[in-house]
Amino acid sequence: MTEQTTNPRILGFLCNWCCYAAADAAGVSRYQYPPNLRTIRVMCTGRIDPAFILRGFAQGAAGIFAGG
Amino acid sequence: MEAGRSPNIEILSNADFLGLEGKPGAFTAKVRLRPRYINADKCTACGLCTRYCPRHLVDDYNEGLAITRPIHIDYPQAVPASYFIDPRACLHLQHGTCQICVPVCRSKAIDFGQQPEERALQVGAVIMSPGFGRISEETLAKFGFGKHPDVVTSIEFERLLNPSGPFKGEVRCISDKRHPHRIAFIQCVGSRDLGCDNGYCSSVCCMYAIKEAMVAKEHDPEVEITIYYMDMRTQGKDFDAARRRAEEQFGIKFVRARVADVMPWNDQLRLTYATLSGSHHFEPFDMVVLSVGLEAPKDAKGLASTAGFELNQYDFCKTSTFAPLATTRPGVLVAGAFHGPKDIPESVTQSSAAAGLAAGLLRTQRGQGTVTKSYPAEQNPGEEVRIGVFVCHCGINIGGVVDVPGVAKYAGGMEDVVYYTESLYSCSQDAQEAIKEKIRQHNLNRVVVAACSPRTHEPLFQETLKDAGLNRCLFEMVNIRDQCSWVHANEPEAATAKSRDLVRMAVAKARHIKPLPEQTVPVTPKALVLGGGVAGMTAALNLAEQGFESFLIEKSGQLGGNLLKLDRTLQGDKAADLLKELSAAVKKHKLITVLTNSELAEVNGFVGNFTSMVRTANGKKASEQSISHGVIIIATGGREHVPARVLGKEPVASKKIVTQQALEQQLAGGKAKAPASVVMVQCAGSRGDDLAYCSKVCCNHAVKNALRIKALDPASQVVVLYREMRTYGFAEDLYRQAREQGVIFIPYATDRMPEISAKGSKVRIDFYDPILQDQVTMEPELLALSVGIVPEGTKELSKLLKIPVNADDFYLEAHVKLRPVELPVSGVYVCGLAHSPKPIEETIVQAQAAAAKAAIPLVKGHVEVEPTVSHVDQEICIGCSLCTSLCPYQAIQMVQLENKQRRAQTIVASCKGCGICASHCPTFAISMGGFTDQQISSQIEAFGREENRND
Repeated sequence: MTEQTTNPRILGFLCNWCCYAAADAAGVSRYQYPPNLRTIRVMCTGRIDPAFILRGFAQGAAGIFAGG
Repeated sequence: MEAGRSPNIEILSNADFLGLEGKPGAFTAKVRLRPRYINADKCTACGLCTRYCPRHLVDDYNEGLAITRPIHIDYPQAVPASYFIDPRACLHLQHGTCQICVPVCRSKAIDFGQQPEERALQVGAVIMSPGFGRISEETLAKFGFGKHPDVVTSIEFERLLNPSGPFKGEVRCISDKRHPHRIAFIQCVGSRDLGCDNGYCSSVCCMYAIKEAMVAKEHDPEVEITIYYMDMRTQGKDFDAARRRAEEQFGIKFVRARVADVMPWNDQLRLTYATLSGSHHFEPFDMVVLSVGLEAPKDAKGLASTAGFELNQYDFCKTSTFAPLATTRPGVLVAGAFHGPKDIPESVTQSSAAAGLAAGLLRTQRGQGTVTKSYPAEQNPGEEVRIGVFVCHCGINIGGVVDVPGVAKYAGGMEDVVYYTESLYSCSQDAQEAIKEKIRQHNLNRVVVAACSPRTHEPLFQETLKDAGLNRCLFEMVNIRDQCSWVHANEPEAATAKSRDLVRMAVAKARHIKPLPEQTVPVTPKALVLGGGVAGMTAALNLAEQGFESFLIEKSGQLGGNLLKLDRTLQGDKAADLLKELSAAVKKHKLITVLTNSELAEVNGFVGNFTSMVRTANGKKASEQSISHGVIIIATGGREHVPARVLGKEPVASKKIVTQQALEQQLAGGKAKAPASVVMVQCAGSRGDDLAYCSKVCCNHAVKNALRIKALDPASQVVVLYREMRTYGFAEDLYRQAREQGVIFIPYATDRMPEISAKGSKVRIDFYDPILQDQVTMEPELLALSVGIVPEGTKELSKLLKIPVNADDFYLEAHVKLRPVELPVSGVYVCGLAHSPKPIEETIVQAQAAAAKAAIPLVKGHVEVEPTVSHVDQEICIGCSLCTSLCPYQAIQMVQLENKQRRAQTIVASCKGCGICASHCPTFAISMGGFTDQQISSQIEAFGREENRND
């Protein structure tokens, strides 16, 4: 549990047109952020079925990030 | 990016234009390509050379606020994505030494042997779009620029605000890098200033100053910002709303004053300014931003003489109101700020219009010389999943942080992965050949590339798949550069673990990806143009010139629209001439069917395949006809507003109160007499009364009528009461001319509105004169109201076509800046007053642009559909129609099956692949191509699998 909170695994759903593009731009600008996020690209955050979020938690995600 | 990728656009950067011979349809243009000393085909834009280059160079791209190296790329998204060497600073090119970059470049792209190359291009038309030039430093020096580092231009400030700018998006004073607490913007620097021979208004500075101020406030909410202006010219669509937001939400202060002087004051700057009442004030600031105007490009004269066209008095391109994009040389067109100062949406509109005009010129040669690629036949991937994983080093961009061999090996151990490898640059040409080879050798039917972003490189790899005979959807990309090695540069182990996870998730998805069909939908090559005014007629004629049939639907009994009510334009051109020319050409053209007294009753279908019912009134009877067409252009226009409130009160009725349009008609013709005295009231009914927005043309209209009155009778007294004179662009000259001829312009404030009253046959106006600082009463012979423009019938039509309108009932474009004439529904375009109020010249350009955009599907004859669209399984669908109501693109329709059941069906041509339908379908009947529930779920499961996390 302690390890979980200090090094949480976060699952992100990123909209291709905005948040995914922004994440690319963060890379181009060499911004540094913690390496805890694993992302899934979607064409719109509207694609995120609530079941995906529950499934993410069931798979051990400490948090779900939806960027759109 | 898109232009760079098109096989039919060749970009010659770093090139000089040397000469133009020939005639429209058959020009020879001479250009000289300067060497970039880097082979653009080999360069992978990894950036290693810049890191090793020992020489410093002032970074022009960052307005000299940062330092770069002679070997560099201006910005990461530059097209072509290739570095170049600035010969002015390169040690080797200047002194024959160094050459450090040569061994550093791993793709051996550096070539100091390159020589300038001259080329003769055979072209049919030429479009001039050199942009704008800079205001001279001499003019800027009047405001302390060059003397005090914290006086910056707005262009420099724009770079300061940019995350890729010199301070990574933080606003800091140049002098000591402190965060400024107080920032001042000074408007009209180098514009509306005869001192530097720029009599015109640059049109864009008020709006960009507001934008920059708001962005600065977003960066640092504590910062106090004041904008010093003469008139806030936010005349564009929704611009006034932005200005109100700046004032009310962001707390940005607007002060109407002229700044006389900027002087250092301790470690700050002191502004001296004079307000309207003539009093002087002082105010300290940490930073002063000069809102610099747009000047003609530096080499405008050279360009004009080389290409053989004329310039106007300010060295912008000379054009006429009714042919706004034609230069004085036939076949040579202009687009963008070289036509006159303008913002992005207008520049984009002009470029579309110019492209359409050029396409008309080249009509007979259409299709010749275009490049279309052919591919081998697609193989059936078969049942067995065989995945190949390619992990990219990207030079040291990925390999320097992530353990690439380790990640590749890890991928090799996954289920269904039959091949794995690593490559130095997987985007290079030889790497593509290698991928094709491995697909053949190992019979791969799924390809996973772990490299950079799919947003930039997916099309490239998909192309390779197609070349290898695989469906392009059998591809999955893992972003381990932009979203991994670059952002975790100091955590190699964590970055490697993340790369492994991402590859695992991608492979899990890849096991479930399926080939998707490449779909095209045929197009009926005809257009429906709604509205027979100047916009509709121009659009129909333009399409006809490009060889396409159109139906021009006009509600009233005759063509012309608002042109029928206009006498002359501000520039003095006769509206009747344009009307005669346009309507004659429209009526004569075999490809245009004009339907007057007609209205659209019903529309069905989608891009390429619309069917419309058009109702035509014939006396008391009405007939209906069905028309098949591929595209729709909305040019339904607008009309003079009839205000319900004027200056905050009920309108006063009197024969002596007229609108500007009625006044114009009174003043038309040779026998017209000028009234002895006229008071004009601007923004009557607009900007706060019934209409929230600015109608853009009323100030010009007032100036036009005022000048006409003065021309008829110089002794006539003309007073214009205004809030802000918005005679933007070259119209500023006529505003000045009006003042020189004795027209009196008096500003009024919204908290002290003029009051109109009528008694008997007399009309009276009371207003406060801020210069006299006293209340004034006048009883003019005529009172002219500038009442603004409202759109015609957008409420009804927007429902019929399911197209959104903005808060002011004008159509909302697909993208304000990048797709200004396209509407959110594919195949529907807008131009003219239905889009927003605008003068004739801008309407013509917009109509040409709408026709150019509409012609794209008509020329192609089909619409290509991205394979990643939704698909409804009608066996599972229960016909609840939830998806049809949720779809933002009207891309799902309900159809009736043979057994009478209602089921949903995707209109693939309209689907944008967002997946809202799939995530809401209660029976999981909808699957999204490339993003199915199964694919995403397997990614989530793979995310959870941690078996190899700690190795």
